[in-house]
Order: sequence, then structure tokens, then C-alpha cells
Amino acid sequence: MFYRESGDFKTSYIQDQQIFPILQDRMFVAVVAAFAFLVVPFLINDYWEKSVLLPVLIWSLAAIGLNILTGYCGQVSLGTGGFMAVGAYASYKFTTAFPELNLFIVVLLSGGVTAMVGILFGLPSLRIKGFYLAVATLASQFFLVWLFNKVPWFYNYSASGQINAPERLIAGIAVTGPNAPPWATYLFCLTFVVVFALIAKNLTRGRFGRSWMAIRDMDIAAEIIGVAPLKAKLSAFSISSFYIGIAGALFFLVYLGAVEPTEAFGIDKSFLVLFMIIIGGLGSILGSFIGAAFMFLMPVLIKNILVNGLGWSPDIVAHLILMIVGGLIMFFLIVEPHGLAQLWRVAKEKLRLWPFPH
Amino acid sequence: MTPDFLNTIEVILNGLMAGVMYSLVALGFVLIFKASGIFNYAQGVMALFAALTLVGFQTGQIPFAHLVNEIFGTQIHHWGPGMNNLIAILLTILVMVLFAWLVEKLVLKHLVNQEPIILFMATIGLAFFMEGVGDLMWGADLKTLDVGIPSGGSFWWEDVTRTWVSEGYEYYGMYIDLLDVWAAGIAVLLVTVLTLFSQYTKTGRALRAVADDHQAALTVGISLRSIWVIVWSIAGIVALVAGIMWGSKSGVQFSLSLIALKALPVLILGGFTSIPGAIVGGLIIGVGEKLFEFSIGPLVGGATENWFAYVLALFFLMFRPQGLFGERIIERV
Repeated sequence: MFYRESGDFKTSYIQDQQIFPILQDRMFVAVVAAFAFLVVPFLINDYWEKSVLLPVLIWSLAAIGLNILTGYCGQVSLGTGGFMAVGAYASYKFTTAFPELNLFIVVLLSGGVTAMVGILFGLPSLRIKGFYLAVATLASQFFLVWLFNKVPWFYNYSASGQINAPERLIAGIAVTGPNAPPWATYLFCLTFVVVFALIAKNLTRGRFGRSWMAIRDMDIAAEIIGVAPLKAKLSAFSISSFYIGIAGALFFLVYLGAVEPTEAFGIDKSFLVLFMIIIGGLGSILGSFIGAAFMFLMPVLIKNILVNGLGWSPDIVAHLILMIVGGLIMFFLIVEPHGLAQLWRVAKEKLRLWPFPH
Repeated sequence: MTPDFLNTIEVILNGLMAGVMYSLVALGFVLIFKASGIFNYAQGVMALFAALTLVGFQTGQIPFAHLVNEIFGTQIHHWGPGMNNLIAILLTILVMVLFAWLVEKLVLKHLVNQEPIILFMATIGLAFFMEGVGDLMWGADLKTLDVGIPSGGSFWWEDVTRTWVSEGYEYYGMYIDLLDVWAAGIAVLLVTVLTLFSQYTKTGRALRAVADDHQAALTVGISLRSIWVIVWSIAGIVALVAGIMWGSKSGVQFSLSLIALKALPVLILGGFTSIPGAIVGGLIIGVGEKLFEFSIGPLVGGATENWFAYVLALFFLMFRPQGLFGERIIERV
């Protein structure tokens, strides 16, 4: 009844083109943003920071990155874990080589490095597509992780082969390292996620996004109407890798603090992010958030109920979760290929007509 | 011949044997891809599942015993002393056929006419699902599988090769695992049977017709859906053979499902639609990664087997995207 465009008059192009055209949407987003930035930092504690908020935020960023490549540009990648590793190790090298460098710049630079690597491994996409490309990206996954394991320069010749995030301050407050307060790490990640989600949303609405979608829907037709496949594909690879690199850097610096490449950035991480965008919704920024939250929190919830509540043994629950995840993937691909984001869209459409659907 | 030369030969031989194993998995991929255009990521997990089921039947485990014990607090594990190898293998084949039927009924039927990449992702989901089911059914502990295939080094071959070395060198002979030799023999047998089947039986001809052209096959009255069930059953049986071989070699465990990933570069080399391609591709990858590890591995810190196959496939894609024996040229834009 109240949720509709009628009566909400647009008098300029800027108003007409805004991301949320309906007033109620804008109010809802404003309230959520205010809550996330102004209220949550006062409520947050160690448990919520480490087990819920930080991982969900960081995985959302990685999911947005993969969604740009797979959901918008139609190039399936199984190399997400490898690219996250590039981001993590780049941030480690930057912050140990230049300790005074602001952490924001460090994270952005590591995103840039990952974008370069992404372009390099995206080159085969100019000749191949589909699962041929998926196999090519597998090469990046295994090669990069092996590289970070075997070349001591990347982990500064440390004896354990691990990398550890040193303590870095922003405006006198520790953001990385063991002494960082939960609200500081949370706000640091939240800033990145909000800024880059907005950028991604606008990219996908603009010229870049349209050329990606044209390539995804039919590459030959796209080329005929004047979309350059080289530019579109490589820009998708570089921007996607930039996001994934930033997610990897945050994953290492802020969330984990210490990283061993085969453990933290294995092939299972690539699949996890792929599942996030399938379940959340291919080609949807909102879907990346929903998918990341769902895929990360669902196993935690099941584990909590079955292991802590009913006292089942953890390995049986782990297998049950595998089964549920696999089943859900097939279910979503069959029943709702556009993912949870589509359900949200349908609900909104219904709400606009409510209570008179005809 | 110098010992170095003989060592290289030994590495090549062992690579060939490892390659046979890759070929066995790749074979299942090719069968399904030819008949339905589906790139079945779950092939490796099917091998794991088949091997788990076989061990379960052999030792007389009760399916889902762990789950039932957990829910009801009971203590059931085995229903008896287990059964004969042959009966267990036949029962496992039955299970794989049932599985093929279920997959067609519950998953593939609903995904007809979807893009190949959607089907690919669905089989990734299937792989996770089956891994969970397999572990829940039979337990996730490492199991030993023994169906009576001889294993261990061949002394005869060691004695023969010892005499090959030139005067003045010390050499202890080559090591070759009997199990690998058997695996190679069984692989040859399997390919022969499959070829005969597809050339001389009615079902085999129907399979080839579907592989050639789906719509033309439909118009002459071939039921696509029953063909898919048959193809997935055959792939299940191939998976069982692969599972037996890998399982006898290194035990039935989760890492068995990871060989599915190694089969991907094999397919890229051999072409997705060619059975000889799968064999040759597997052998090239097997020899290639062993030789690379042997000659260049020590210089770069070892463990190159993890990525060599994929990087080789990557370079191959650049120059010959349809593979060595592939039929279809990939459209390029």
C-alpha cells in the first residue's frame, strides 16, 4: 500500500537514475547503513566480530568480485582462492616493506597487483570459454598457491612458511594484529565493502556493465553491435580480480592475521565463493551479500544446533552440511536459477501491488 | 646404458602407469560428455562413492550406521561377515545404475536445454552432495580395498633390468608396481569392451547416434532419457573400475575425488569427445608431470605435480583448443 512509486515524482535525470528509485527503499537503506555504521560498533564484541560480521563482509566482497566476472560477464572462474592469495601476499609484502604506508593504501595497492595477475590469467579467455576457461583458471589456482608455498621471498624467509599480519595503526588505533579492537576492524572492513559495493553497483549499471552483459548473453552479437570483447573480458577479469584481491588482503590482514596458503586459499575457497554467487544470484550485487551470508552462516547455524544442541559428533555434521550444500546448489539451479536475490525481487513486486494484486 | 638413463626410463614407465589411472577417470567424463553434452564434474566423486560402496558390501557394513547410531544412540555397525568379491562388485554395479537413474530423474530431467555451464555447476553440486552421502553412508575413515589384484614390486622386472646397465656401474633394477600393470591391462580391456559395445550392439549404435546429433536421434525414435540413464550407468561402472584401481593403490579416501580435477587437463589435451584422446591425454599428463618433477622439480623446490598438468593444459588451450583428437573447434570471439 505504501511501497510504490506513485506519488514519488522525479524532476531531474539524477533522481530518475538513482540506484533506489522508491522512497521506502532509500529510507530502508539509510536506516541499515546508519545502524551498521553508528550502532553496531558499540554493540560488537569479539565473538560477533570474528565469527559473523568480518567473514560475512569479506566473503561478500569476494562474491561481488566473482559475480562481476561470472554473473555479469559470463566467464566461469575456479581461481578465486588463488587470487585471494595474491591479494593477501601483496598486502603482506607492501606492509612489511613500507611500514608507514597507510593501511587503506596497502589494501588498494594489493587489489591493483591482483588485478594485474587477473589480466594475465584472463588472457586465455580471449580464445576459450565455458569449462575450458574454468580449467584454465584452475591452473592459476594451483600454480599461485604453489608459488606462495615455494618461493621464500613471498613470506619474507620466515621459518614457518606462514605470513603474519604485523600491527598497523590508523589514526592511532590498531586495525590489524591481536590488539585491534573489534569495532575498529569491523569499521575498516565495512568501509571497504560499502564503498566498493556502491562502485560495483554503478559499474554494472553503466557502460562497462552493459558491455559485460552483452558478452555474457551472446558474444558474437555483442561484437557486432560494437562491444570490444578484448576490452570487455579483460576489464571484467581485472576489476573482478581487484575486488577478490582486496577481499584476500582483508581476509589475511584483518580477519585471520596468520595465513598458510594451502590451508587458507585452497580450491575449496574457490568453490565456496562460486556457490555463494549461485545461491545468492548470478548477476546481482545484492545477491552476492545474501549468498555470502547464507553460505557462511548456514553451516555455522547447523553446526551449532546439531553439535552443541543435540550433541552429534562434528564429523557427521560436517558430512551432513556437505550434503545440504550440494543439494541446495542443485535445487537452486533447477528451481530458481537467479538465486535468493530473485526471491527478494519477486517479494518486492508483490509488495508493490499489495493488497490489491489485480 | 648408464643408471641415469635407466632412471629416466623408470620415471617414464611410472608416469605411463599413473597416466592410465588418469585415463580411467577421463574416460567416464568423455562418455557422458559425448552422449549428453554434460561436463560431469562428479565423475571423481562417483569413483570414490563406488569404491566406498564396494568396501561397504565386502565388509558387511550397514549403510548410514553412523547416522542411525548418532540419532538413536544405537550401536550397530555390521550385519554380518561381508560377502564374496564378485557378489559385492555386482551389487555395487546395481547401486551405480540406480544412482544413474536417480540423477536423471531428479536432476538432469529438470535441466534440459540449460546452458552447458549451468549443467556443469549442477554437477559440482552433485559432487558435493554425493561426497556427503558417501561419507554418511559408509563413514569417512580411510579404508583398504582388496579385490585380489596382485600388488607390490615385480622382482622379475627388477632382475631383468639389472642386467641392462653398462659395465662398471652399480644399478639395482627398476621398480614397477604389479598393480599398475594390472590397471593398464584392465584399462585396455575396458576400452575394448566399450568399443565393441558401441560398434556392434543396438544400444551402442543408439548411443553413437545421440552423440552425433540429439535431435536427429530423437526423430528416429531413440529415447534420449533412457540413453542418458544408460550412459550414466556406464560411466558409473567405469567409475567403479577407476575406484577399484585407485582404491587398491592408495586406499579409499577423500583424496580419491580430487583425481576428478586432474582429469580435466587430461580432457583438454585429448579433446572432450574422443575416447582415444582420453587415453593418450592421460598418458601424456602422467609422463609429463613425472618427467617434469624428476628433471626440473628439484630446481624449483619440488611438488610441481600439483600444477604442472593444469599449466600444460593452459598452454595447450592457447594453441590447439580442440585438443589432440577433438572434433569440434571452439567458436572464438
